[in-house]
Amino acid sequence: MNYILGAFKPACHISITFADEKNRKKVPIKKENGQTVMVPLFQSQENIVGKISVEPVQGKKIEHNGIKVELLGQIEMYFDRGNFYDFTSLVRELDVPGEIYERKSYPFEFSTVEMPYEAYNGVNVRLRYVLKVTISRGYAGSIIEYHDFVVRNYSPLPSINNSIKMEVGIEDCLHIEFEYNKSKYHLKDVIIGKIYFLLVRIKIKNMDLEIRRRESTGSGANTHVETETLAKFELMDGAPVRGESIPIRLFLSPYELTPTHRNINNKFSVKYYLNLVLVDEEDRRYFKQQEITLYRLAENSS
Amino acid sequence: MIVDGIEDEEKWLAEGIAAVQQNAFYMLRAVDSDNLREALKYSAQMLSELRTSKLSPHKYFELYMRAFDELKKLEIFFKDESRHGLSVSDLYELVQHAGNVLPRLYLLCTVGSVYIKLNEASCKDLLKDLVEMCRAVQHPIRGLFLRSYLCQVTRDKLPDIGSENEGVGDSVMDAVDFVLQNFMEMNKLWVRLQHQGPGRIKEKREKERNELRDLVGKNLHILSQIEGVDLELYRDTVLPRILEQVVNSKDELAQHYLMDCIIQVFPDEYHLQTLDVLLAACPQLQPTVDIKTVLSQLMERLSNYAASSTEVLPEFLQVEAFSKLYNAIGKVIEAQIDMPIVGAITLYTSLLMFTLRVHPDRLDYVDLVLGACVKKLSGRPKLEDSRATKQIIALLSAPLDKYNDAVTALTLSSYPRIMDYLDNDTNKIMAMVIIQNILKNYTCISTADQVEALFELIKGLIKDIDGSSVDEVDEEDFNEEQNSVARLIHMLYNDDPDEMLKIICTVERHIMTGGQRRLPFTVPPLVFSALKLVRRLQGQDGEADGEEAPASPKKIFRLMNQTIEALSSVPSPDLALRLYLQCAEAASDCDLEPIAYEFFTQAFILYEEDIADSKAQFTAIHLIIGTLQRMNVFGVENRDTLTHKATGYSAKLLKKADQCRAVYACSHLFWVDDQDGTKDGERVLLCLKRSLRIANAAQQMANVTRGSSGPVTLFVEILNKYLYFFEKGNPKVTSSAIQGLVELIRTEMQSDTSTPDLAATAFFNSTLRYIQFQKQKGGVMGEKYDPVKL
Repeated sequence: MNYILGAFKPACHISITFADEKNRKKVPIKKENGQTVMVPLFQSQENIVGKISVEPVQGKKIEHNGIKVELLGQIEMYFDRGNFYDFTSLVRELDVPGEIYERKSYPFEFSTVEMPYEAYNGVNVRLRYVLKVTISRGYAGSIIEYHDFVVRNYSPLPSINNSIKMEVGIEDCLHIEFEYNKSKYHLKDVIIGKIYFLLVRIKIKNMDLEIRRRESTGSGANTHVETETLAKFELMDGAPVRGESIPIRLFLSPYELTPTHRNINNKFSVKYYLNLVLVDEEDRRYFKQQEITLYRLAENSS
Repeated sequence: MIVDGIEDEEKWLAEGIAAVQQNAFYMLRAVDSDNLREALKYSAQMLSELRTSKLSPHKYFELYMRAFDELKKLEIFFKDESRHGLSVSDLYELVQHAGNVLPRLYLLCTVGSVYIKLNEASCKDLLKDLVEMCRAVQHPIRGLFLRSYLCQVTRDKLPDIGSENEGVGDSVMDAVDFVLQNFMEMNKLWVRLQHQGPGRIKEKREKERNELRDLVGKNLHILSQIEGVDLELYRDTVLPRILEQVVNSKDELAQHYLMDCIIQVFPDEYHLQTLDVLLAACPQLQPTVDIKTVLSQLMERLSNYAASSTEVLPEFLQVEAFSKLYNAIGKVIEAQIDMPIVGAITLYTSLLMFTLRVHPDRLDYVDLVLGACVKKLSGRPKLEDSRATKQIIALLSAPLDKYNDAVTALTLSSYPRIMDYLDNDTNKIMAMVIIQNILKNYTCISTADQVEALFELIKGLIKDIDGSSVDEVDEEDFNEEQNSVARLIHMLYNDDPDEMLKIICTVERHIMTGGQRRLPFTVPPLVFSALKLVRRLQGQDGEADGEEAPASPKKIFRLMNQTIEALSSVPSPDLALRLYLQCAEAASDCDLEPIAYEFFTQAFILYEEDIADSKAQFTAIHLIIGTLQRMNVFGVENRDTLTHKATGYSAKLLKKADQCRAVYACSHLFWVDDQDGTKDGERVLLCLKRSLRIANAAQQMANVTRGSSGPVTLFVEILNKYLYFFEKGNPKVTSSAIQGLVELIRTEMQSDTSTPDLAATAFFNSTLRYIQFQKQKGGVMGEKYDPVKL
C-alpha cells in the first residue's frame, strides 16, 4: 500500500523564503479557492532575495535536469482562463542537472526588479506576481512550486490636483452645482465637497454618492467592461430647496479600493468614478458620474 | 379612513419602538463587552428606525425619545477611551463611515459632544463642523429632531463665561454663532414643513407644525441662557440676526411664534434697550401675523418691568420707550392694511396700559394714544364687531381705572371722539362704566365745562340716538341706566353758587333732550340739586336775592318751572306735582310769594287736568294739603284761594272714605300750630263736621248697598282729629262734642248691622284709653278732659 501511495506523493518538498520575511509587511490576498492568505509586500525596484530549499521525501532521491527559479508578472484574463500573459519574466538557474539526496538550499536574488504594475484582483482580470521554482525532470514531469507575493507602488503627491466643479441639470427641473475638492485621491483620502441646489422643481427623496469601479479588459471588439459599485454613501435625506448646500465628506478608507490603472500592458484598465445620484419620490434616479483618479500614497507620507 | 390612518400609525410606532429596543439591547450588550464595532453597528441600526416617514411629529417624538435615551448610554461608552481603545478623534472619523446619513449624523453629534467635553480640539471648529454636517438632513421633521438632538447634547458644553473651554481660542461668540446657525437651519426646516404632503391636509400640517415649534424655540432659550450674551452682544449680534431670520422666513406661524419667543426668553432690560430694533422688525412681518398679540405681550412685559422697581423708570425715559412704541404701532398698522380694526384697537389698548403704568403722569401721552386710535377709526362706519367694541371698552376704561377719577378722562380731548365710533349699545355700556366709576370713587364733577364734557360722553344714556329702536330696550336695563344717571346728577357739585348754577343749567339743557321715558328719572335729581342750591343761597345771604346776582333763587325757580313743566307734559303728572310742591315750599322758605303761588297754581292745574286716577288724586290732595299747611309765605287772600281750592277738591273725591279723610285733613289748613299761624277754629270745626257727615253718609251707603254698615274706622279717625284740636285749644271743639262722638261710635259698634272689625275696635279702645289717661294725668290737660264722661 505504501508503495502505491508513495507514487502520488510529491517527490520532494520545496519551500521558498524571503530574506527579510520576518520584518516585511504582509498583506492579505484572496486565493482562487477563496481562502485569504498573508503574503509579503514588495514594490518596484526592490531586490527580491531569498532562498529555496528542496527536501526530498525521506529515503528518496530526486533526479533532475536542472532547477530554476522564475519571477513572473502575469496578467490573467478569466474569460481566457489558463492563458497567462507574462509581462515580466526573470530566470535564475539554481542547479545543474543532477540528483538530490537530502535537503538542499539555494539562495537567489533578483536585483532591482522592475515591477511597474501593482497586483490586482478584479472581476475579469488578475495581475499577479509569483516566484516559480521548477525542478525539471525527464519522464516523471517537472516539479513546480509557486509562491505569490504582492507588489504595490506608491505615488508621490500629484503636483496638479484640481478640484472637480460642475454645474449640471435638467432644464426647468433641477439645477445643481457640485464640487469635489480634488480630482486625485489617495486610497485613505477623504472626499470633501458640496452640492449646491440652484433650482429644485422635483421632489427629491434622497441623494447618494457612489464610488464605482470600471474594469475594462481586452481591446478592440473584445473589450469587456465590468462596473461595480463599491460604496453607496447617503449624502442627503429629504428634499432640499433652492439655495441649499449640502456638505460631502466621504472617507475612502473603509472601502476596498485600488489605485486607478490605465491601460496596463494593453490588457486592461481600472478606473474609478464618483456617481452622484438623486432619487425623487417616484424613485426616478438622476445621476452624474465623474471620474476620479486614485493613487497609492506611501503610508508615512500622507 | 382617518381612523385607519391613526391605527396604522400606532402600529408603525409600535414596530419602530420594538426595533429600537431590540437594537438597543444588542448595542448595550456590545457596549458591555467593550466591542466598539458591534456597538456602532447596532446603534446605527437602531437610529435607522428614525428614518421613517410614516409617523406624525407627535409619534415621531415618542420614537425619538426612545432612541435619545439609548444614545445617552452610548455616549458614556464613547467617553471612556480605555474601553473602546480608540482616540476620540479616530472615533469621530469612524462614525462617519456609516452609509446612511441620519444614523451617521446622530452618532457624529454624540461623539462630537464627547469630543468637546474632553477639550481635545477646538470647540469652535467642532461646533461648526457639527452644525454644518447636519445640513445633510433636509427632511423637515427628521432634520428638526436631529438638530434638536445636536442642540440638546451640546447645550451644556458651549463656551461661555467661566466655562472650561473659555479663553482657549473659543469665545462666547462661537457659541452664539453655533446656536444661531442651528436656529436658522431649524427655522428653515420648520417653515418648509408646511409644504409637505398634499394641500388638503394643510390644516393638520399646521397643527403638527405648531407642535414642533418648541424645538425651534429651544435655540433661543439656550441663547438666552448663555451668560456671555450681554446687552452689547445681544443688541449688536444676537437680536439682529434672529430678526433677520424671522423676517426672511416670510411665514406667519413662525414669525408670530418667534417674535413671541424673543419677547419671552430674553430679559426685559434687553428689550428696553433694543426697542427700536425689535420694533423695526414688526412692520416687516407678514400681513397676516397676529402682531398685536406680540406687541401686547411686549408692552405688558415692559409694564411689569417698570412696575417691578422704580429704579428702572429712568431707563424708560432715557430710551423714549413710549414714543418708540407709539411710532412702531403706527407703522405696523400702516403696513398691515388688512389688519382688522380690532387688532389696531388692541394694540392701542396695550400701549395705553403701558403708558398708564410707566408714565402715569403723562396725560398727554394718553391723549396721544387715544387720538391715534380716533384717527384709525375715522372714516369708518360704527363698529359692529363685538370684539372690537369690547376692546374699545377696555381702552376707554383703562384711564378711568388707573386714575380713579373721571375728571381726568374728561380732560382728554380724544376720549369722546372714540366713543362716537361705538354702536349705541356699547356706547351705553361705556357710559355706564364711566358713571359707575364716578359713583364708586365719589368723584365730584365741579365745573360746568366738565359737566358738559361728561354729558357729551354719556349722551348715549341721556337721549335717544338716531336709529336706535326704543322698543327693544330691556325695561330693567333701562331703569338701571337711568337710575345711574340720576345718581350721577348728585355727584355734580360746586361750592360756588354761580358755578353750581351753571352746572345745573348745563344738566338741564342735556336732560331736556332725553325724551319722555328719561325725564321722570332725570328731572327729580336735578330739581333737588337745584333746591339744594336754593337752600344754600338762602342760608348765605337771604338779603341778596333781590339783586340780580348770577345765581339767585328766582332764576333757579324760573328754571325749575320750565323743567317741571316739561315733565308734566311727558306726561308724568304725579311726579311733576310733587316737584311743584317741593319747589313751592322752597320758594316759600325764600319768601317769594308770587313764585310759590305760581308753583301751587301749576300743581292745582295738574291736579285738575292730568290726575284722573282716584287713588292718585287722594294721594295728591294729601300732598297738597300737607305742603300748603306748612306754607307761611302767603297773604290772606292767596291763602284763602288755595285752601278753598284744596277743601273743594277734597270734598269732590270719588270715594266717600277718601272724601272724609281728605276733608278732615283740610281742617289742618286752618289751624297752624305755631306762633303766628292761622287759627280759625270755626272753619276747623266746619271741616270736622263735614267729614262726620260724609262718614255718616258712607255708613248709610254701606247699609243700603251691602246690608251692613261700613267700618267705624272713619269715626274713630275723626274722633282723633277732635281730640287733637281739643288739646290744641281750639275753642270750637268742645268736650261735649267729643263725648257725643264717643257715644255715637259706641252705638254704631253695638248695632246689629255693624260688621265687627277688630282693627277698628282696637283703634277705638286705645283712643278711649288715651282719653282716660289724659283725664287721670291731671294738670291743665286733666282738667280739660274732665267733662268728658266715658
